[in-house]
Amino acid sequence: MTLSIFYFLSFLAILSALMVVVSKNPIHSVLYLIITFFAIAGHYVLLNAQFLAAVHVIVYAGAIMVLFLYVIMMLNLNAEVEPHKSVWLKSAATVAGGTLMVVLVGALRTSASVGSPLPADANIGLIKTLGKTLYKDFMLPFEISSILFLAAMVGAVMLGKKETK
Amino acid sequence: MENTVSILRQIPLNNYILLSTLLFCIGVIGVLSRRNAIIILMCVELMLNAVNLLLAAFSAYNSDPAGQVFVFFIMAVAAAEVAVGLAILMMVFRNTGTVDINALNKLKG
Repeated sequence: MTLSIFYFLSFLAILSALMVVVSKNPIHSVLYLIITFFAIAGHYVLLNAQFLAAVHVIVYAGAIMVLFLYVIMMLNLNAEVEPHKSVWLKSAATVAGGTLMVVLVGALRTSASVGSPLPADANIGLIKTLGKTLYKDFMLPFEISSILFLAAMVGAVMLGKKETK
Repeated sequence: MENTVSILRQIPLNNYILLSTLLFCIGVIGVLSRRNAIIILMCVELMLNAVNLLLAAFSAYNSDPAGQVFVFFIMAVAAAEVAVGLAILMMVFRNTGTVDINALNKLKG
């Protein structure tokens, strides 16, 4: 049962990820990417990381993809104005990516296989455990990421402002 | 909470590694084969998500919450990256009238 849910979610994620790359219309790409993100959120629930799944849906499907959609609609992009590479370049890109995949899969197959999981603690995906870890062990990175956000915010406003000459 | 362990035992960790590898490579192919800069950014998001999934899987299989905290940091970086990247794209579109990355060859010698 669990295994079939895993295969269904994986199939959905991979198929819609392929459609993101293949589809001509940028709006369709965004919508397929949202399907991929929901499939990945399903994987998080399967891994017993409920809080991570909620945050993933809120941040990715709720914020980032809305930003993408907004920009695509503001720039009025559609299938007609979509630039295309030549078939030769596209097939070269596919061969390069496929070679990378073959190398990675080959390297991972021969690596020592991981044994059965440790006696799993079912509470690690809960917000209490994650908050304790975040504020005890990762205090400094947390503060630094807030500075990163400030810099990103200032940068986005600076770049988005109309230039006055 | 006993059944959590049995659920994790049903799915080998190798399945998650393979799935993440596939998603990452699809992202690489997208970056290499498309010319629309917005689609390229979306494919970068796909690659980041493949890594996130792998980190969460390792975290669950090792019973270590640090992996999931890493995922939060990656999400923060991804959000900042998207905000700045889309602002740069808006700027490029305002100056060149297109989001085709082949239009950005002014630095070519």
